[in-house]
Amino acid sequence: MSRIEAITAAVPAAVAADSLGQAVVRVPRESLPAVAAAARDAGFTMFLDLCAVDYLTRDPRFEVVVHLLAMDPPERVRLLAGVPGDDPIAPSITGVFAGADFYEREAFDLFGIGFSGHPDLTRLLLPDDWQGHPLRKDSPVGSVPVVFKAASDRTHETSVGSPSSGHHEPETAT
Amino acid sequence: MASPAGPPNILTVSFNRAVAWARTRSMWPASFGLACCAIEMMATGAAHNDLSRFGMEVFRASPRQADLMIVAGRVSQKMAPVLRQVYDQMAEPKWVISMGACASTGGMFNNYALVQGVDQVVPVDVYVPGCPPGPQSLMHGILTLQEQIQDKARGR
Amino acid sequence: MSKPPHVVTGDLEAPADTQQAKSTDIAAGQSERRSVHEVWVSGTEAPDEMRRFTDEGAQEMLADESEAVLAGQRGSIVVDDYIPGRESPEDEIQILNMGPQHPATHGVLRLHLELDGETIRRVKPIIGYLHTGMEKTAEALSFLQGPTNVTRMDYLSPLHNELCFSLATERLLGIEVPERANAIRVMMTELNRVASHLLWSATTGLDIGALSMMIYGWRERELVLAFFEKTTGLRMNHNYIRPGGVAADLPDGWEEDVAGIITGVRAGLRDYEDLLLDNPIFLERTKGVGVLAPEEIHAFGITGPLARASGIGYDVRRAFPYSGIEQYDFDVPVFDGGDVYDRFLVRFEEIRQSLRIVEQVKGAMPRGDYRSEDRKVTPPPRARIDQSMEALIHHFKIFTEGFKVPAGETYQAVESARGELGMYLVSDGGAKPWRLHVRGPSFAHVQALPAMLTDSLIADTIAALASADPVMGDVDR
Repeated sequence: MSRIEAITAAVPAAVAADSLGQAVVRVPRESLPAVAAAARDAGFTMFLDLCAVDYLTRDPRFEVVVHLLAMDPPERVRLLAGVPGDDPIAPSITGVFAGADFYEREAFDLFGIGFSGHPDLTRLLLPDDWQGHPLRKDSPVGSVPVVFKAASDRTHETSVGSPSSGHHEPETAT
Repeated sequence: MASPAGPPNILTVSFNRAVAWARTRSMWPASFGLACCAIEMMATGAAHNDLSRFGMEVFRASPRQADLMIVAGRVSQKMAPVLRQVYDQMAEPKWVISMGACASTGGMFNNYALVQGVDQVVPVDVYVPGCPPGPQSLMHGILTLQEQIQDKARGR
Repeated sequence: MSKPPHVVTGDLEAPADTQQAKSTDIAAGQSERRSVHEVWVSGTEAPDEMRRFTDEGAQEMLADESEAVLAGQRGSIVVDDYIPGRESPEDEIQILNMGPQHPATHGVLRLHLELDGETIRRVKPIIGYLHTGMEKTAEALSFLQGPTNVTRMDYLSPLHNELCFSLATERLLGIEVPERANAIRVMMTELNRVASHLLWSATTGLDIGALSMMIYGWRERELVLAFFEKTTGLRMNHNYIRPGGVAADLPDGWEEDVAGIITGVRAGLRDYEDLLLDNPIFLERTKGVGVLAPEEIHAFGITGPLARASGIGYDVRRAFPYSGIEQYDFDVPVFDGGDVYDRFLVRFEEIRQSLRIVEQVKGAMPRGDYRSEDRKVTPPPRARIDQSMEALIHHFKIFTEGFKVPAGETYQAVESARGELGMYLVSDGGAKPWRLHVRGPSFAHVQALPAMLTDSLIADTIAALASADPVMGDVDR
């Protein structure tokens, strides 16, 4: 029995598929820790990656993607778990793979997906008091319009922001 | 440059020039390498392009012992207060070289995460463009700064 | 709080923060901090405020963390008590902050260390000081512009980043690149591995105290960088390996240049080994220091020289070969001490093996095109644009809108100088990636720092940290 078959046998809710020649297992989000444990027992002992994707118009909106690796013989598997946009919570797999810690924090930081059971779900890459989750598709890139000196009337050096926004009092953060 | 004694005269200007000469000949940088530009900054200090001939190979770990801060790399929003704190700890006279495109203007990353130009946070004396600027560009920037200091002493 | 005199706001409205499963535990009073899109000129704030700007609140190491957090910070997967624990009174415990501006953290890494005398009890790495939003920027750039962005992630092996992105894009496109392009890619990435390891040995030597390593390592690295500048136009961050092939063919006389690099680096390598490997001070500082056990390697996803120094012989070039690397003869060095000394041995040997591959490529470089013929993907030669309307249109479409990549998702990994560098690329059928996630090896290695550093002496921190070879561009992206 191949490793993938061992996973789908252990957790019936998991569905194996193929994506451009790569092995993929789709799981409902509640079964993610069970499938991760089954994968580890089937031979995928090394944790590689956990990330999130925002599909915006699809339902479920988010997808948590886990990549695992088996060493001997080398084989990879990808676990996909859909997470709905109105209830962005997934169970944490830090109990199965300790290395998922930082990756889940990063997914929380950039996408706002909560991981229940994570020991310390705080922002990782962005400052603590940052508002919003920038990698969501409805979040803009955040580019700042660049004004060239020759085009502006001002005499001081800063060139960021539109010419009118130079000196007004800042609004308090809402 | 007027002195307390009155308008500049031959004595004060010569003294200022001597002081500027001394300052430029041993300007110690604070190590503030952030990203790729830091690698080229290290390359400028290494044997091939030698910063030691300008008296600058000692990158001081403590900003209190440094005169020059070369901001080498992209400054993220999280790093900006740290940058300012390090700059404030340096003693006068101090200068800042903004090395690379990201430090000068935000570079190719015009997005939420970076401060668009380190001159939003600290006053900059010389901007060195490049991504990353090669060691020769950085040295040109350093020499330009030295000229600036000496020109100021001459009252230009 | 006094208003600073000069504030400029960007014109971005932060989106409303509606759905958070667990809000961050921010201390009261910090909500009045200015929004991150304002900048300020400091010097007008009170000292208390200055301190608040760099104290991250929830990110600091606290004395009363939960059990699960403490276990993580103590790195307690495998308890290898180098210095056995003892209960010290509370006033002998000290939390020390190291970084983010520090001469020896290899970038902007911040470590909170809980010290009991000189022994480290807990470690908390705090990252994000180099977060550049590259994954978001990737969604705004076309696939042809993608390599310019990813090349700056792991800035010590930029060609590996570009190769990984190009391979992922080519897999989604379903195209093959010519043999010559593959051979050029292999040669350039192996030279990049050599340059990266040389820099690593220089900076790690400097951190350990062998100051002359800094000069020697850079000396040989300049040979490689000069060749890169001749071929790609830049010393670093080349944007040379692009989807469809490489940007330009190798220059005339490249065989002599490469032969010079091989001889120069081999001679330098002999110097480094004579300098370091038998030196009693070096042995004291590196033997038995920063040990990682195999269980920790599997749990944290540690790959590359770090794993191969602990006995796990995983190399992406062997396990999932790419770009025709399997046709070249090379060994993958594996040692099993797991300490800093073995990591030196692994990397020095990898330099030798990479030079061996480069020599083979040089002797057997295939003729042919350096990029794919598919005109929808690679731009036409400049001369053709004057002659053919179709060539002009292709050129225009490729450089303005970009070529469209069929919808799909893929994960592509390469063996970079630090370990398995992977990219998960999702396309929606458009000209820009829908999502690019980069699995940087250093991100996993920084997570494993508690496991490496706890229950050892603070003097060993620098050696162990340096041997992990973290590149913060890879960690923070």
